Amino acid sequence: MSHAVSSSEISFAPQAGTSTKHIWKVFWILLGITAIELGLGLLMYGYFNEPSFARNLIKGVIIILSLAKAFYITASFMHLGEEIKNMIMTIVVPLMLFIWFIIAFLYEGGSWKEMRNTNAGSTKDQSKIEKVEKPAAKPGHEK
Amino acid sequence: MSTTAIPAGTKWWSGGKSPFNLSYGKLMMWYFLMSDAFTFGAFLISYGTIRFSANYWADPNHVFSSFPGMGHANLPLAFVSVMTFILIMSSVTMVLAVHAGHHMQKKKVETYMLWTILGGILFLLCQAWEWTHLLTGEHSVLVQNAETGKYTIEQWAQTTIQNPWGPAVEHEQLASLGLSVPEGEHVYLPGPKAFGGYFYGITGFHGFHVFSGVVINIVMYIKTKLGHFEQRGHYEMIEKAGLYWHFVDLVWVFVFLCFYLL
Repeated sequence: MSHAVSSSEISFAPQAGTSTKHIWKVFWILLGITAIELGLGLLMYGYFNEPSFARNLIKGVIIILSLAKAFYITASFMHLGEEIKNMIMTIVVPLMLFIWFIIAFLYEGGSWKEMRNTNAGSTKDQSKIEKVEKPAAKPGHEK
Repeated sequence: MSTTAIPAGTKWWSGGKSPFNLSYGKLMMWYFLMSDAFTFGAFLISYGTIRFSANYWADPNHVFSSFPGMGHANLPLAFVSVMTFILIMSSVTMVLAVHAGHHMQKKKVETYMLWTILGGILFLLCQAWEWTHLLTGEHSVLVQNAETGKYTIEQWAQTTIQNPWGPAVEHEQLASLGLSVPEGEHVYLPGPKAFGGYFYGITGFHGFHVFSGVVINIVMYIKTKLGHFEQRGHYEMIEKAGLYWHFVDLVWVFVFLCFYLL
């Protein structure tokens, strides 16, 4: 066997592949995904500049593509896909916290915006009224 | 993808061996990277919270539209694509070094480590240019004096306390305020202040990781050159350095996503 076992803690070493074909395949996948992301980014820039459903849809697709890139990097380049299930789980399960983390904190941000714009729900959305009545130069919300 | 058959009836938790089938050092590198992932995650999510709470946010296609040597040409996403490509490429040379290490090919490990180090240095140079460009570039901003209420046009750079990327101001509006600017000059309102702190903070923290990665890779290169791993009989240190380096690439995927694409 070409692969040297580095420690007695290891029961068996993953078989080291003899060719680098797999590595280059993943490289082309990553490059392809990045190119698609850039294409979508430019599409948003050129045609979907205003907030709309289509723009959010494109953003959603870009996020999913980024997650796919993250999967390929960890599974192939970091060899996590070749480890045993115990190992994969000790990494992936704690990362599930991010699901709560992202949802809770983005919701929090949205809620702050709403509270500020409506004086905690006591008035109509001031940011929208402002746009209609006072289009003249007025410094935006500084934070 | 796993090509190795797990020996039937292996009792992973019965002691005497790693239940993760991994050496202590490699496992701890993974756990360190996990904690780092949560640090970066917290930074990026906090950026998202502030962005969601703002009525207006700077458009990345507007902020990052320059390319070295191209003057004022409007090239959104171009330079950051180059940076992303450099980092992906250096990730590939790193995994090739790990692969060569598995096969105990000292010369190949050395070559690929050098390419990886070069990629890291190139990325850092790109970032240095980008920061310099943002910190020194000046943009006309319509500013209202907090006390007198008078409007003036100031030249702002993108710093941690000023953001020149607010909504555009029409020239007629400037005229109504008694201000005039040369034809074709764009004037903007102050943009979200938090943008600079988050951008420099997060890309800076990532750049610091790239820098430490380059240092680690240089150390690994020297140790390979001196034959330390050859003597030890395995190149596991290259694998550990590789894990760190790929993680840096992984973080860039999300920095790229949050700051440049969305």
